[in-house]
Amino acid sequence: MRAYTPKDDVQKKSYYTDRFWVAPQVAKSEVSDDAVFAADLAAIKAKFDVLDAYIQVEQMVVVINANDNYSVLEFLKNECEYTQLSEMSAIDWLATEGKFEIFYQMLSMAKRKRVRIKCKIDEKEAIQSVEKLFRSADWSEREMYDMFGVVVNNHPFMKRILMPEDWEGFPLRKTYPLQGDEFAAWYEVDKIFGKEAREIIGPENRDPARIDRYDTQRFSRLGHEVPFGTDISQGEPDTPLVYQEKEGVFMVEKFDAEKSVVISDRQR
Amino acid sequence: MQQSNRLRPFFENITFDREDNELVLNFGPQHPSAHGQLRLMLHLQQEQITKAHPDIGYLHRGMEKMAENMIYNEFMPTTDRMDYIASSSNNYGFALAVEKLIGLDVPRRAKVIRMLLLEVNRLMSHLFWLATTALDIGAMTVFLYAFREREYLMDLVEDYCGARLTHAAIRIGGVPLDLPDNFMADLRKFLDKLPENIKDYEDLLDKNRVWLMRMENVGVISKEMALSWGCSGIMLRASGVEWDIRKEEPYELYDEVEFNVPVSDKGDNYARYKLYMAEMRESAKILYQVIDMYEGTSTELMAHAPQYISAPKLDIMTQNYALMQHFVLVTQGMRPPVGEVYIPTESPKGELGYYINSQGGPYPYRLKLRAPSFWHTGILTDLLPGHYIPDVVSIIGTTNIVFGEVDR
Repeated sequence: MRAYTPKDDVQKKSYYTDRFWVAPQVAKSEVSDDAVFAADLAAIKAKFDVLDAYIQVEQMVVVINANDNYSVLEFLKNECEYTQLSEMSAIDWLATEGKFEIFYQMLSMAKRKRVRIKCKIDEKEAIQSVEKLFRSADWSEREMYDMFGVVVNNHPFMKRILMPEDWEGFPLRKTYPLQGDEFAAWYEVDKIFGKEAREIIGPENRDPARIDRYDTQRFSRLGHEVPFGTDISQGEPDTPLVYQEKEGVFMVEKFDAEKSVVISDRQR
Repeated sequence: MQQSNRLRPFFENITFDREDNELVLNFGPQHPSAHGQLRLMLHLQQEQITKAHPDIGYLHRGMEKMAENMIYNEFMPTTDRMDYIASSSNNYGFALAVEKLIGLDVPRRAKVIRMLLLEVNRLMSHLFWLATTALDIGAMTVFLYAFREREYLMDLVEDYCGARLTHAAIRIGGVPLDLPDNFMADLRKFLDKLPENIKDYEDLLDKNRVWLMRMENVGVISKEMALSWGCSGIMLRASGVEWDIRKEEPYELYDEVEFNVPVSDKGDNYARYKLYMAEMRESAKILYQVIDMYEGTSTELMAHAPQYISAPKLDIMTQNYALMQHFVLVTQGMRPPVGEVYIPTESPKGELGYYINSQGGPYPYRLKLRAPSFWHTGILTDLLPGHYIPDVVSIIGTTNIVFGEVDR
């Protein structure tokens, strides 16, 4: 029987895990341990629903409702001095809970603190753009859409950014294999020659970097040169190689290993 | 659509239905001053840019995807290919993020070596920046001089780890090798000459009329714009924000060394150029201090954490249990605890951050690379309009974008 492989998460998995293995946790501490974070959290809590909040590796993580994302970030920017959105992206939890997790990594230079705002949305749900608050979100949100297919509402230019515009599928989803799907494998063939060329070109020829060892027209064979276009699939003729006349060529001096100087210590 | 009964020229890709004088110019992706594969769609009114649309992705290799399918140590050489001008700083950012996730402390000698590598990389990157930007603007001499100095540094790094461009010189939990015997002497020799060299560049450029015309008051980024676009590093400091992660959120030994953070409030190309020069001097200052720290440190190079880090080679070769542990760590990989970290470091280009979400497996569940150049490219959308075509080259030059990092 063929081994079962889950289709909703095709990423590489550990081939062996001890049956008694219990993964340890990165320590989380209470927000009240840090006065600055505690004040910020209290300010957020007064206005918005906070689902969870803790400090992990010196940064506060605040989990909020997805539809509050714009207003919470606006509040953080205007009231709490978190003036920079240094990073935002999504995490694919579709296999386990059918949701995407969006995180916003905020930086306050005045307080020297970093906060991560997180929220979860369903697969088909869209999220509000924060591009009006932070221009950096313009490109991050496009990248998130490109990689996960998370649609962002009110974005000025919701197009793919890294992948080609006519790409199918979202590469960073867990359902997307590392080597790409069928569309990815045939992308260049389909685009340049058309779908009907798939049969003619064949799967073994679709790789533009492929090297055919019997092709003597497009590939040179250093040290084993044969005349251009010779068929060598049935064995090859022996080509004697002479690169330079015995007496030497006019104006060209032969390299003399005896006379050469090796510089051992470069001047630093 | 073409109408066959009318005699009009028909071009497949060009439409002539525009009423205005706007010309759309396609810059790149194979433009020599684009510093990689940057394509810019520039809308022009005469020579003035009215709209700029950077198009990226020509070097996209899907590093985040690759990271999800690799054990942590396997991913280390891949990080080299992000900012390949200063690859040790990428290695370091990743190593630090995983160490924070595990909660490891690195031996002091490893820290010193890492500091040396980081600052040497910063110098390499800044020299490369100076060389290429000067070349773009037409100063061929500076290009040759700066590359000469960079060559010495590459030789130094080659002496240390054997590689010149993609170093992979830092491991999770420390560094793989001790410094070669002549390293410190060579470095000192280089550093002693560096101020002269920097002065040479400045003599050539500082008051150079062409340089000033191309640099002064060109590409002015306001403070608000820099903050809003997520700028970091020199792009941010040239706009009047004093923020250097080495200073504000010190990692490694940066809290023990003394250095200044040069800041300018001009925000133009020239300010950025001056900051690069000043930062080179500061790096040299840091390096002098770090050289002195090396003496007297114990010889350990890797942290002791058998669950995550292989034992030293001698132990692996002589002790059975260390060999078994090593085998498991190489074949299956380390399993960091469940949790997430975002660790920023000050790479030569700006804030280089690694967000790692670990679910306790040997492969990261999600790894997000926060590369500074990504937003430094994005800012061109807002920065270029109003400038003229020749300014594009000098602005791209001073943003110091590297496409391995933009596209990842």
